[in-house]
Amino acid sequence: MIRFENVTMVYDQKSRLGSENARPGLDDVSIEIDRGDFAFLVGASGSGKSTFLRLILREIVATGGSVHVAGQNVARIPSWRVPKLRRGIGVVFQDFRLLPQKNVFENVAFAMQVVGESRSAIRDHVPEVLKLVGLEGKEKRQPDELSGGEQQRVAIARAIANKPQILLADEPTGNLDPATSVGIMNVLDRINQNGTTVLMATHDDGIVNSMRRRVVELSLGKIMRDESAGEYTSMIPVINQDGTRELRQADHSTWHKPSDRSQAFAPFDTEDDMP
Amino acid sequence: MKLGFILGEVGTGLRRNLSMVVSVVLVTFISLTFVGTAALMQMQITQMKGYWYDKVQVAIYLCGEHNEGTNCAEGAVTADQRGEIDSMLGSAAVKPYVDNFEYESKDQALTHFREQFENSSMSETVTADQLPESFRVSLVDPEKYQIIKELFSSMDGVDVVVDQRELLEKIFSIINIASFVAIGIAGVMILCAVLLVGTTIRLSAYLRRRETGIMRLVGASKSSLQLPFVLEGVISALIGALLACGVLWAAVRFLIDDKLALEYKDTAFISTGEVFLVAPWLILLGVVLAGVSSLVTLRRYLKV
Repeated sequence: MIRFENVTMVYDQKSRLGSENARPGLDDVSIEIDRGDFAFLVGASGSGKSTFLRLILREIVATGGSVHVAGQNVARIPSWRVPKLRRGIGVVFQDFRLLPQKNVFENVAFAMQVVGESRSAIRDHVPEVLKLVGLEGKEKRQPDELSGGEQQRVAIARAIANKPQILLADEPTGNLDPATSVGIMNVLDRINQNGTTVLMATHDDGIVNSMRRRVVELSLGKIMRDESAGEYTSMIPVINQDGTRELRQADHSTWHKPSDRSQAFAPFDTEDDMP
Repeated sequence: MKLGFILGEVGTGLRRNLSMVVSVVLVTFISLTFVGTAALMQMQITQMKGYWYDKVQVAIYLCGEHNEGTNCAEGAVTADQRGEIDSMLGSAAVKPYVDNFEYESKDQALTHFREQFENSSMSETVTADQLPESFRVSLVDPEKYQIIKELFSSMDGVDVVVDQRELLEKIFSIINIASFVAIGIAGVMILCAVLLVGTTIRLSAYLRRRETGIMRLVGASKSSLQLPFVLEGVISALIGALLACGVLWAAVRFLIDDKLALEYKDTAFISTGEVFLVAPWLILLGVVLAGVSSLVTLRRYLKV
Protein backbone atom coordinates (compact mmCIF):
# COMPACT_ATOMS: atom_id res chain seq x y z
CA MET A 1 0.00 0.00 0.00
CA ILE A 2 2.82 2.34 0.96
CA ARG A 3 6.29 1.50 -0.26
CA PHE A 4 9.47 3.49 0.28
CA GLU A 5 12.45 2.51 -1.87
CA ASN A 6 15.76 3.97 -0.72
CA VAL A 7 14.05 7.24 0.01
CA THR A 8 16.30 10.12 0.88
CA MET A 9 15.00 13.54 1.70
CA VAL A 10 17.48 16.34 2.05
CA TYR A 11 16.19 19.76 2.87
CA ASP A 12 18.21 22.48 1.32
CA GLN A 13 19.60 24.14 4.41
CA LYS A 14 20.38 27.41 2.68
CA SER A 15 16.95 28.10 1.32
CA ARG A 16 15.31 27.00 4.53
CA LEU A 17 17.39 29.13 6.83
CA GLY A 18 15.16 31.31 8.90
CA SER A 19 11.94 30.06 7.33
CA GLU A 20 11.33 27.07 9.57
CA ASN A 21 13.31 25.09 12.02
CA ALA A 22 15.66 22.94 10.04
CA ARG A 23 13.63 19.81 9.37
CA PRO A 24 15.16 16.40 9.51
CA GLY A 25 15.38 14.49 6.34
CA LEU A 26 15.16 10.80 5.63
CA ASP A 27 18.26 8.82 4.86
CA ASP A 28 17.96 5.85 2.53
CA VAL A 29 14.71 4.54 3.97
CA SER A 30 13.15 1.39 2.50
CA ILE A 31 9.96 0.01 3.97
CA GLU A 32 6.67 -1.44 2.89
CA ILE A 33 3.37 -1.07 4.69
CA ASP A 34 0.76 -3.52 3.44
CA ARG A 35 -2.91 -3.02 2.82
CA GLY A 36 -4.82 -3.27 6.07
CA ASP A 37 -1.77 -2.77 8.28
CA PHE A 38 -1.81 -0.77 11.48
CA ALA A 39 1.63 0.67 12.02
CA PHE A 40 3.09 3.07 14.56
CA LEU A 41 5.82 5.44 13.53
CA VAL A 42 7.87 6.32 16.59
CA GLY A 43 11.00 8.26 17.22
CA ALA A 44 12.23 11.42 18.84
CA SER A 45 11.22 14.83 17.60
CA GLY A 46 13.27 15.49 14.51
CA SER A 47 13.69 11.85 13.62
CA GLY A 48 11.82 12.22 10.35
CA LYS A 49 8.29 11.10 11.20
CA SER A 50 6.62 14.16 9.75
CA THR A 51 8.82 13.99 6.68
CA PHE A 52 7.68 10.40 6.25
CA LEU A 53 4.01 11.42 6.35
CA ARG A 54 4.51 14.47 4.14
CA LEU A 55 6.19 12.33 1.52
CA ILE A 56 3.18 10.02 1.39
CA LEU A 57 0.87 13.01 0.92
CA ARG A 58 3.21 14.43 -1.71
CA GLU A 59 3.40 17.67 0.19
CA ILE A 60 7.08 17.24 -0.56
CA VAL A 61 8.87 15.13 -3.13
CA ALA A 62 11.79 12.92 -2.14
CA THR A 63 15.22 14.03 -3.26
CA GLY A 64 16.25 10.41 -3.77
CA GLY A 65 14.54 7.06 -4.16
CA SER A 66 10.85 6.60 -4.79
CA VAL A 67 7.67 6.66 -2.74
CA HIS A 68 4.84 4.42 -3.93
CA VAL A 69 1.32 4.90 -2.64
CA ALA A 70 -1.38 2.47 -3.81
CA GLY A 71 0.91 1.29 -6.57
CA GLN A 72 1.73 4.76 -7.89
CA ASN A 73 5.07 6.47 -7.74
CA VAL A 74 3.95 9.75 -6.20
CA ALA A 75 6.81 11.73 -7.70
CA ARG A 76 5.51 10.79 -11.15
CA ILE A 77 1.95 12.00 -10.50
CA PRO A 78 1.38 15.24 -12.39
CA SER A 79 0.49 18.10 -10.08
CA TRP A 80 -3.11 18.27 -11.30
CA ARG A 81 -3.58 14.61 -10.28
CA VAL A 82 -2.24 15.13 -6.77
CA PRO A 83 -5.71 15.97 -5.37
CA LYS A 84 -6.85 12.54 -6.55
CA LEU A 85 -4.02 10.92 -4.60
CA ARG A 86 -4.98 12.87 -1.50
CA ARG A 87 -8.60 11.82 -1.78
CA GLY A 88 -7.38 8.30 -1.09
CA ILE A 89 -5.58 9.39 2.07
CA GLY A 90 -7.20 10.67 5.25
CA VAL A 91 -5.14 12.78 7.65
CA VAL A 92 -5.60 13.48 11.35
CA PHE A 93 -3.51 15.97 13.31
CA GLN A 94 -2.62 16.63 16.90
CA ASP A 95 -4.43 19.98 16.82
CA PHE A 96 -7.66 18.63 15.24
CA ARG A 97 -7.94 21.48 12.70
CA LEU A 98 -11.72 21.77 12.74
CA LEU A 99 -13.53 24.73 11.21
CA PRO A 100 -14.73 26.68 14.26
CA GLN A 101 -17.77 28.26 12.63
CA LYS A 102 -19.15 24.97 11.30
CA ASN A 103 -20.91 22.43 13.47
CA VAL A 104 -19.94 18.77 13.71
CA PHE A 105 -22.06 17.67 10.79
CA GLU A 106 -20.85 20.52 8.58
CA ASN A 107 -17.22 19.85 9.42
CA VAL A 108 -17.52 16.28 8.23
CA ALA A 109 -19.72 17.22 5.29
CA PHE A 110 -17.13 19.81 4.22
CA ALA A 111 -14.71 17.08 3.16
CA MET A 112 -17.38 15.52 0.99
CA GLN A 113 -18.54 18.83 -0.46
CA VAL A 114 -15.00 19.69 -1.45
CA VAL A 115 -14.72 16.61 -3.63
CA GLY A 116 -18.15 17.28 -5.10
CA GLU A 117 -20.34 14.69 -3.43
CA SER A 118 -24.07 15.15 -3.88
CA ARG A 119 -26.21 16.50 -1.10
CA SER A 120 -28.06 13.23 -0.67
CA ALA A 121 -24.83 11.23 -0.46
CA ILE A 122 -23.64 13.59 2.26
CA ARG A 123 -26.92 13.31 4.14
CA ASP A 124 -26.68 9.53 4.08
CA HIS A 125 -23.01 9.06 4.74
CA VAL A 126 -22.11 11.64 7.40
CA PRO A 127 -24.32 10.14 10.15
CA GLU A 128 -22.79 6.71 9.43
CA VAL A 129 -19.29 8.07 9.85
CA LEU A 130 -20.23 9.96 13.00
CA LYS A 131 -21.67 6.75 14.38
CA LEU A 132 -18.45 4.93 13.59
CA VAL A 133 -16.41 7.42 15.61
CA GLY A 134 -18.96 7.47 18.42
CA LEU A 135 -20.48 10.91 17.99
CA GLU A 136 -24.11 10.02 17.43
CA GLY A 137 -26.48 12.78 18.37
CA LYS A 138 -23.81 15.48 18.44
CA GLU A 139 -24.25 16.61 14.83
CA LYS A 140 -25.41 20.08 15.76
CA ARG A 141 -22.67 20.86 18.28
CA GLN A 142 -20.08 23.53 17.55
CA PRO A 143 -16.43 22.47 17.93
CA ASP A 144 -15.91 24.75 20.93
CA GLU A 145 -18.69 22.90 22.76
CA LEU A 146 -16.83 19.61 22.45
CA SER A 147 -14.10 18.06 24.57
CA GLY A 148 -10.69 17.46 23.03
CA GLY A 149 -11.43 13.79 22.53
CA GLU A 150 -14.70 14.57 20.81
CA GLN A 151 -13.02 17.15 18.59
CA GLN A 152 -10.47 14.57 17.55
CA ARG A 153 -13.29 12.16 16.75
CA VAL A 154 -14.80 14.79 14.47
CA ALA A 155 -11.42 15.22 12.80
CA ILE A 156 -11.17 11.46 12.30
CA ALA A 157 -14.70 11.36 10.91
CA ARG A 158 -13.74 14.07 8.44
CA ALA A 159 -10.58 12.22 7.48
CA ILE A 160 -12.47 9.03 6.66
CA ALA A 161 -15.56 10.69 5.19
CA ASN A 162 -14.36 10.09 1.64
CA LYS A 163 -13.52 6.44 2.41
CA PRO A 164 -9.76 6.69 2.02
CA GLN A 165 -7.69 3.51 1.77
CA ILE A 166 -5.03 5.03 3.98
CA LEU A 167 -5.38 6.99 7.22
CA LEU A 168 -2.37 8.98 8.39
CA ALA A 169 -2.43 10.20 11.98
CA ASP A 170 0.20 12.64 13.18
CA GLU A 171 0.23 12.34 16.97
CA PRO A 172 -3.56 12.20 17.20
CA THR A 173 -3.43 11.69 20.97
CA GLY A 174 -0.76 14.30 21.57
CA ASN A 175 -3.22 16.77 23.09
CA LEU A 176 -5.39 14.25 24.90
CA ASP A 177 -5.29 12.64 28.29
CA PRO A 178 -4.59 8.90 28.45
CA ALA A 179 -8.17 7.83 29.04
CA THR A 180 -9.41 9.86 26.11
CA SER A 181 -6.53 8.59 24.04
CA VAL A 182 -7.67 5.02 24.56
CA GLY A 183 -11.06 5.98 23.14
CA ILE A 184 -9.40 7.51 20.09
CA MET A 185 -7.27 4.40 19.62
CA ASN A 186 -10.38 2.25 19.69
CA VAL A 187 -11.83 4.39 16.91
CA LEU A 188 -8.66 4.08 14.85
CA ASP A 189 -8.62 0.33 15.48
CA ARG A 190 -12.22 0.04 14.31
CA ILE A 191 -11.37 1.95 11.15
CA ASN A 192 -8.42 -0.38 10.63
CA GLN A 193 -10.67 -3.40 11.03
CA ASN A 194 -12.85 -2.05 8.23
CA GLY A 195 -9.85 -2.46 5.94
CA THR A 196 -8.20 0.95 6.07
CA THR A 197 -4.43 1.04 6.35
CA VAL A 198 -3.53 3.16 9.38
CA LEU A 199 -0.17 4.78 9.92
CA MET A 200 0.20 6.70 13.15
CA ALA A 201 3.13 8.82 14.21
CA THR A 202 3.18 9.06 17.97
CA HIS A 203 5.15 9.76 21.12
CA ASP A 204 2.62 7.98 23.27
CA ASP A 205 4.55 5.00 24.62
CA GLY A 206 1.63 3.67 26.65
CA ILE A 207 -0.55 3.36 23.57
CA VAL A 208 2.13 1.72 21.47
CA ASN A 209 2.94 -0.75 24.20
CA SER A 210 -0.65 -1.74 24.82
CA MET A 211 -1.70 -1.99 21.17
CA ARG A 212 1.01 -4.46 20.22
CA ARG A 213 0.99 -3.52 16.56
CA ARG A 214 3.73 -3.01 14.03
CA VAL A 215 6.23 -0.42 15.20
CA VAL A 216 8.64 1.43 12.95
CA GLU A 217 11.22 3.47 14.80
CA LEU A 218 12.99 6.32 13.07
CA SER A 219 16.08 8.02 14.34
CA LEU A 220 17.85 10.82 12.51
CA GLY A 221 16.18 9.81 9.29
CA LYS A 222 17.01 6.12 9.42
CA ILE A 223 14.87 3.13 10.34
CA MET A 224 16.22 1.78 13.62
CA ARG A 225 13.66 -0.92 14.15
CA ASP A 226 10.67 -2.51 12.44
CA GLU A 227 8.80 -5.00 14.60
CA SER A 228 5.50 -6.64 13.81
CA ALA A 229 4.17 -6.43 17.39
CA GLY A 230 6.58 -4.03 19.01
CA GLU A 231 6.79 -1.64 21.88
CA TYR A 232 7.54 2.01 21.98
CA THR A 233 11.20 1.36 22.65
CA SER A 234 13.06 -1.89 22.96
CA MET A 235 16.42 -0.68 23.99
CA ILE A 236 17.74 1.53 26.68
CA PRO A 237 21.37 2.46 27.12
CA VAL A 238 22.85 1.10 30.30
CA ILE A 239 26.20 1.92 31.84
CA ASN A 240 27.69 -1.18 33.41
CA GLN A 241 29.64 -1.13 36.60
CA ASP A 242 32.94 -1.52 34.77
CA GLY A 243 32.23 1.64 32.81
CA THR A 244 31.29 0.09 29.45
CA ARG A 245 28.04 0.98 27.84
CA GLU A 246 25.56 -1.22 26.07
CA LEU A 247 21.95 -1.36 24.98
CA ARG A 248 19.63 -3.61 26.83
CA GLN A 249 16.05 -4.71 26.42
CA ALA A 250 13.99 -2.29 28.38
CA ASP A 251 12.37 -3.52 31.53
CA HIS A 252 8.99 -1.83 31.53
CA SER A 253 8.07 -2.68 35.08
CA THR A 254 10.75 -0.32 36.33
CA TRP A 255 11.54 1.96 33.41
CA HIS A 256 8.07 2.80 32.20
CA LYS A 257 4.96 4.12 33.77
CA PRO A 258 2.48 1.58 35.07
CA SER A 259 0.80 -0.35 32.31
CA ASP A 260 -2.65 0.29 33.74
CA ARG A 261 -2.76 3.74 32.30
CA SER A 262 -6.49 4.16 32.24
CA GLN A 263 -6.38 5.56 35.78
CA ALA A 264 -3.30 7.64 35.29
CA PHE A 265 -4.66 11.09 34.66
CA ALA A 266 -2.03 13.61 33.92
CA PRO A 267 -2.48 16.54 36.28
CA PHE A 268 -1.91 19.24 33.69
CA ASP A 269 -4.10 17.91 30.92
CA THR A 270 -5.93 20.77 29.37
CA GLU A 271 -7.91 19.10 26.67
CA ASP A 272 -10.64 21.70 26.61
CA ASP A 273 -8.61 24.78 25.94
CA MET A 274 -6.93 23.49 22.85
CA PRO A 275 -7.62 25.41 19.65
CA MET B 1 -17.25 20.44 -7.14
CA LYS B 2 -20.75 21.69 -6.78
CA LEU B 3 -21.57 25.20 -7.89
CA GLY B 4 -23.64 25.86 -4.80
CA PHE B 5 -20.75 24.95 -2.56
CA ILE B 6 -18.35 27.22 -4.43
CA LEU B 7 -20.82 30.09 -4.30
CA GLY B 8 -21.23 29.48 -0.58
CA GLU B 9 -17.48 29.76 -0.15
CA VAL B 10 -17.48 32.96 -2.20
CA GLY B 11 -20.22 34.35 0.04
CA THR B 12 -18.23 33.52 3.17
CA GLY B 13 -15.16 35.18 1.70
CA LEU B 14 -17.02 38.34 0.74
CA ARG B 15 -18.61 38.61 4.16
CA ARG B 16 -15.45 38.01 6.16
CA ASN B 17 -13.43 40.42 4.11
CA LEU B 18 -16.12 43.04 3.69
CA SER B 19 -14.09 46.24 4.12
CA MET B 20 -11.54 45.12 1.57
CA VAL B 21 -14.25 44.07 -0.82
CA VAL B 22 -15.93 47.46 -0.50
CA SER B 23 -12.64 49.21 -1.28
CA VAL B 24 -12.13 47.03 -4.35
CA VAL B 25 -15.64 47.87 -5.50
CA LEU B 26 -15.04 51.60 -5.04
CA VAL B 27 -11.64 51.71 -6.69
CA THR B 28 -12.83 49.70 -9.69
CA PHE B 29 -15.89 51.90 -9.86
CA ILE B 30 -13.84 55.12 -9.96
CA SER B 31 -11.22 53.83 -12.38
CA LEU B 32 -13.74 52.41 -14.81
CA THR B 33 -15.78 55.60 -14.63
CA PHE B 34 -12.74 57.50 -15.87
CA VAL B 35 -12.11 54.96 -18.61
CA GLY B 36 -15.74 55.21 -19.66
CA THR B 37 -15.66 58.99 -19.59
CA ALA B 38 -12.67 59.07 -21.91
CA ALA B 39 -14.37 56.62 -24.26
CA LEU B 40 -17.58 58.65 -24.29
CA MET B 41 -15.68 61.87 -24.98
CA GLN B 42 -14.06 60.28 -27.99
CA MET B 43 -17.46 59.09 -29.13
CA GLN B 44 -18.76 62.62 -28.73
CA ILE B 45 -16.01 63.84 -31.06
CA THR B 46 -16.97 61.21 -33.63
CA GLN B 47 -20.58 62.25 -33.28
CA MET B 48 -19.78 65.91 -33.87
CA LYS B 49 -17.61 65.18 -36.86
CA GLY B 50 -20.57 63.76 -38.73
CA TYR B 51 -20.31 62.10 -42.09
CA TRP B 52 -18.04 64.57 -43.92
CA TYR B 53 -15.55 65.77 -41.33
CA ASP B 54 -12.76 63.27 -41.91
CA LYS B 55 -13.30 63.23 -45.66
CA VAL B 56 -13.47 66.86 -46.66
CA GLN B 57 -12.57 70.23 -45.31
CA VAL B 58 -14.78 72.65 -47.17
CA ALA B 59 -18.48 72.64 -47.86
CA ILE B 60 -19.89 74.78 -50.67
CA TYR B 61 -23.56 75.11 -49.86
CA LEU B 62 -25.80 75.84 -52.80
CA CYS B 63 -28.84 78.07 -52.75
CA GLY B 64 -32.14 76.66 -51.71
CA GLU B 65 -35.62 78.09 -52.19
CA HIS B 66 -35.54 80.50 -49.28
CA ASN B 67 -31.89 81.36 -48.80
CA GLU B 68 -31.04 84.97 -48.17
CA GLY B 69 -27.42 84.84 -49.27
CA THR B 70 -26.28 87.57 -51.71
CA ASN B 71 -25.98 85.09 -54.55
CA CYS B 72 -29.32 83.54 -53.91
CA ALA B 73 -31.64 86.33 -54.86
CA GLU B 74 -32.94 84.36 -57.81
CA GLY B 75 -34.06 81.42 -55.73
CA ALA B 76 -32.81 77.88 -55.77
CA VAL B 77 -29.72 76.91 -57.63
CA THR B 78 -30.37 75.89 -61.22
CA ALA B 79 -28.98 72.91 -63.00
CA ASP B 80 -26.82 75.21 -65.12
CA GLN B 81 -25.34 76.91 -62.12
CA ARG B 82 -24.67 73.55 -60.49
CA GLY B 83 -22.94 72.34 -63.65
CA GLU B 84 -20.86 75.50 -63.73
CA ILE B 85 -19.65 75.01 -60.17
CA ASP B 86 -18.98 71.39 -60.89
CA SER B 87 -16.83 72.20 -63.92
CA MET B 88 -15.16 75.02 -62.02
CA LEU B 89 -14.10 72.56 -59.34
CA GLY B 90 -12.67 70.33 -62.05
CA SER B 91 -11.00 73.20 -63.96
CA ALA B 92 -7.27 73.62 -64.36
CA ALA B 93 -7.22 76.76 -62.18
CA VAL B 94 -8.70 74.99 -59.16
CA LYS B 95 -7.19 71.58 -59.72
CA PRO B 96 -3.89 72.23 -57.83
CA TYR B 97 -5.81 72.95 -54.63
CA VAL B 98 -8.52 70.35 -54.77
CA ASP B 99 -7.79 66.80 -53.86
CA ASN B 100 -11.26 65.62 -54.77
CA PHE B 101 -14.85 66.72 -54.40
CA GLU B 102 -18.28 65.23 -54.15
CA TYR B 103 -21.77 66.46 -54.72
CA GLU B 104 -24.28 65.94 -51.95
CA SER B 105 -27.92 66.11 -52.95
CA LYS B 106 -30.74 67.07 -50.60
CA ASP B 107 -31.64 63.44 -50.08
CA GLN B 108 -28.08 62.45 -49.27
CA ALA B 109 -27.87 65.43 -46.95
CA LEU B 110 -30.93 64.18 -45.12
CA THR B 111 -29.46 60.72 -44.73
CA HIS B 112 -26.25 62.09 -43.27
CA PHE B 113 -28.13 64.52 -41.09
CA ARG B 114 -30.24 61.76 -39.64
CA GLU B 115 -27.16 59.71 -38.86
CA GLN B 116 -25.50 62.56 -37.04
CA PHE B 117 -28.53 63.72 -35.12
CA GLU B 118 -29.94 60.29 -34.39
CA ASN B 119 -30.15 61.19 -30.69
CA SER B 120 -32.03 64.40 -31.32
CA SER B 121 -35.70 64.97 -31.99
CA MET B 122 -34.67 67.10 -34.95
CA SER B 123 -33.89 64.08 -37.07
CA GLU B 124 -37.60 63.29 -37.22
CA THR B 125 -38.88 66.69 -38.21
CA VAL B 126 -36.31 67.79 -40.75
CA THR B 127 -37.15 67.09 -44.38
CA ALA B 128 -34.89 66.94 -47.42
CA ASP B 129 -36.17 70.29 -48.68
CA GLN B 130 -34.92 72.11 -45.65
CA LEU B 131 -31.38 70.95 -46.22
CA PRO B 132 -29.12 72.58 -48.81
CA GLU B 133 -27.40 70.80 -51.64
CA SER B 134 -23.66 71.11 -51.46
CA PHE B 135 -20.30 70.30 -52.94
CA ARG B 136 -17.92 68.75 -50.43
CA VAL B 137 -14.36 69.61 -51.28
CA SER B 138 -11.28 67.95 -49.94
CA LEU B 139 -8.24 70.22 -50.19
CA VAL B 140 -4.70 69.23 -51.03
CA ASP B 141 -3.55 71.72 -48.42
CA PRO B 142 -6.25 72.64 -45.87
CA GLU B 143 -4.48 75.97 -45.23
CA LYS B 144 -5.44 77.15 -48.72
CA TYR B 145 -9.07 77.31 -47.75
CA GLN B 146 -9.25 81.08 -48.36
CA ILE B 147 -8.53 80.62 -52.08
CA ILE B 148 -11.43 78.26 -52.51
CA LYS B 149 -13.65 80.55 -50.51
CA GLU B 150 -12.82 83.56 -52.68
CA LEU B 151 -13.25 81.66 -55.90
CA PHE B 152 -16.63 80.20 -55.11
CA SER B 153 -18.32 82.63 -52.76
CA SER B 154 -19.20 85.00 -55.56
CA MET B 155 -20.50 82.40 -57.99
CA ASP B 156 -24.17 82.33 -58.77
CA GLY B 157 -26.08 79.67 -56.90
CA VAL B 158 -23.56 79.44 -54.07
CA ASP B 159 -25.03 80.30 -50.71
CA VAL B 160 -22.00 80.10 -48.51
CA VAL B 161 -18.57 78.43 -48.39
CA VAL B 162 -17.75 76.98 -44.99
CA ASP B 163 -14.56 75.59 -43.51
CA GLN B 164 -16.03 73.08 -41.12
CA ARG B 165 -12.79 72.42 -39.33
CA GLU B 166 -12.23 75.91 -38.05
CA LEU B 167 -14.74 75.82 -35.24
CA LEU B 168 -14.72 72.14 -34.39
CA GLU B 169 -10.95 71.81 -34.13
CA LYS B 170 -10.94 73.98 -31.02
CA ILE B 171 -13.68 72.04 -29.33
CA PHE B 172 -12.06 68.78 -30.26
CA SER B 173 -8.71 69.77 -28.84
CA ILE B 174 -10.39 70.63 -25.55
CA ILE B 175 -12.23 67.32 -25.50
CA ASN B 176 -9.05 65.49 -26.43
CA ILE B 177 -7.12 67.08 -23.58
CA ALA B 178 -9.93 66.13 -21.22
CA SER B 179 -9.80 62.58 -22.59
CA PHE B 180 -6.08 62.33 -21.99
CA VAL B 181 -6.49 63.56 -18.43
CA ALA B 182 -9.26 61.03 -17.87
CA ILE B 183 -7.15 58.23 -19.33
CA GLY B 184 -4.20 59.27 -17.16
CA ILE B 185 -6.29 59.21 -13.99
CA ALA B 186 -7.90 55.96 -15.12
CA GLY B 187 -4.46 54.39 -15.62
CA VAL B 188 -3.36 55.23 -12.10
CA MET B 189 -6.67 54.11 -10.66
CA ILE B 190 -6.59 50.85 -12.58
CA LEU B 191 -3.13 50.18 -11.20
CA CYS B 192 -4.55 50.84 -7.72
CA ALA B 193 -7.45 48.51 -8.44
CA VAL B 194 -5.18 45.69 -9.62
CA LEU B 195 -2.92 45.99 -6.59
CA LEU B 196 -5.88 46.25 -4.26
CA VAL B 197 -7.49 43.14 -5.71
CA GLY B 198 -4.20 41.35 -5.17
CA THR B 199 -4.00 42.49 -1.56
CA THR B 200 -7.62 41.61 -0.93
CA ILE B 201 -7.23 38.11 -2.32
CA ARG B 202 -4.08 37.66 -0.29
CA LEU B 203 -5.84 38.70 2.88
CA SER B 204 -8.81 36.54 2.04
CA ALA B 205 -6.55 33.54 1.43
CA TYR B 206 -4.93 34.22 4.79
CA LEU B 207 -8.25 34.52 6.60
CA ARG B 208 -9.38 31.24 5.14
CA ARG B 209 -6.15 29.29 5.45
CA ARG B 210 -7.87 26.75 7.72
CA GLU B 211 -10.47 25.94 5.11
CA THR B 212 -8.02 25.84 2.26
CA GLY B 213 -5.65 23.68 4.28
CA ILE B 214 -8.40 21.17 4.90
CA MET B 215 -9.62 21.38 1.33
CA ARG B 216 -6.14 20.59 0.14
CA LEU B 217 -5.85 17.61 2.46
CA VAL B 218 -9.12 16.03 1.48
CA GLY B 219 -8.18 16.37 -2.15
CA ALA B 220 -9.79 19.53 -3.50
CA SER B 221 -8.71 20.19 -7.06
CA LYS B 222 -6.67 23.25 -7.89
CA SER B 223 -9.62 24.91 -9.58
CA SER B 224 -11.99 24.36 -6.68
CA LEU B 225 -9.40 25.78 -4.31
CA GLN B 226 -8.78 28.86 -6.39
CA LEU B 227 -12.15 29.51 -7.93
CA PRO B 228 -13.80 30.96 -4.80
CA PHE B 229 -10.99 33.49 -4.44
CA VAL B 230 -10.96 34.43 -8.11
CA LEU B 231 -14.73 34.79 -8.06
CA GLU B 232 -14.45 36.98 -4.99
CA GLY B 233 -12.18 39.40 -6.87
CA VAL B 234 -14.21 39.18 -10.05
CA ILE B 235 -17.53 39.77 -8.31
CA SER B 236 -16.16 42.82 -6.48
CA ALA B 237 -14.83 44.21 -9.75
CA LEU B 238 -18.11 43.40 -11.49
CA ILE B 239 -20.06 45.39 -8.92
CA GLY B 240 -17.63 48.29 -9.39
CA ALA B 241 -17.99 48.09 -13.17
CA LEU B 242 -21.78 48.05 -12.95
CA LEU B 243 -21.69 51.10 -10.67
CA ALA B 244 -19.44 52.86 -13.18
CA CYS B 245 -21.83 52.06 -16.02
CA GLY B 246 -24.72 53.30 -13.94
CA VAL B 247 -23.01 56.59 -13.17
CA LEU B 248 -22.03 57.11 -16.81
CA TRP B 249 -25.56 56.40 -17.91
CA ALA B 250 -26.95 58.84 -15.36
CA ALA B 251 -24.44 61.51 -16.39
CA VAL B 252 -25.32 61.19 -20.07
CA ARG B 253 -29.02 60.99 -19.37
CA PHE B 254 -29.27 63.98 -17.06
CA LEU B 255 -26.39 66.19 -18.16
CA ILE B 256 -26.39 65.67 -21.92
CA ASP B 257 -29.85 64.48 -22.89
CA ASP B 258 -31.77 66.69 -20.51
CA LYS B 259 -29.51 69.72 -20.56
CA LEU B 260 -26.84 70.21 -23.18
CA ALA B 261 -28.82 68.64 -25.99
CA LEU B 262 -31.70 70.98 -25.30
CA GLU B 263 -29.55 74.07 -24.99
CA TYR B 264 -27.43 73.47 -28.08
CA LYS B 265 -29.88 72.06 -30.55
CA ASP B 266 -27.58 72.40 -33.55
CA THR B 267 -24.88 70.22 -32.03
CA ALA B 268 -24.98 66.45 -32.30
CA PHE B 269 -24.59 64.81 -28.89
CA ILE B 270 -24.04 61.28 -27.78
CA SER B 271 -26.86 59.69 -25.85
CA THR B 272 -27.46 56.75 -23.53
CA GLY B 273 -27.15 54.44 -26.53
CA GLU B 274 -23.40 55.15 -26.59
CA VAL B 275 -23.18 54.27 -22.89
CA PHE B 276 -24.58 50.85 -23.72
CA LEU B 277 -21.87 50.44 -26.35
CA VAL B 278 -19.15 51.30 -23.82
CA ALA B 279 -20.61 49.39 -20.86
CA PRO B 280 -19.78 45.81 -21.97
CA TRP B 281 -16.15 46.77 -22.52
CA LEU B 282 -15.92 48.41 -19.10
CA ILE B 283 -17.38 45.30 -17.47
CA LEU B 284 -15.05 43.05 -19.45
CA LEU B 285 -12.06 45.20 -18.53
CA GLY B 286 -12.93 45.14 -14.82
CA VAL B 287 -13.57 41.40 -14.76
CA VAL B 288 -10.44 40.50 -16.69
CA LEU B 289 -8.19 42.74 -14.60
CA ALA B 290 -9.59 41.38 -11.34
CA GLY B 291 -9.44 37.79 -12.54
CA VAL B 292 -5.85 38.05 -13.72
CA SER B 293 -4.60 39.82 -10.63
CA SER B 294 -6.38 37.30 -8.36
CA LEU B 295 -4.82 34.39 -10.21
CA VAL B 296 -1.37 35.92 -10.10
CA THR B 297 -1.74 36.54 -6.36
CA LEU B 298 -3.02 33.03 -5.68
CA ARG B 299 -0.10 31.53 -7.52
CA ARG B 300 2.09 32.98 -4.78
CA TYR B 301 -0.09 32.82 -1.71
CA LEU B 302 -2.26 29.74 -2.05
CA LYS B 303 -0.39 26.50 -1.99
CA VAL B 304 -2.11 23.77 -3.97
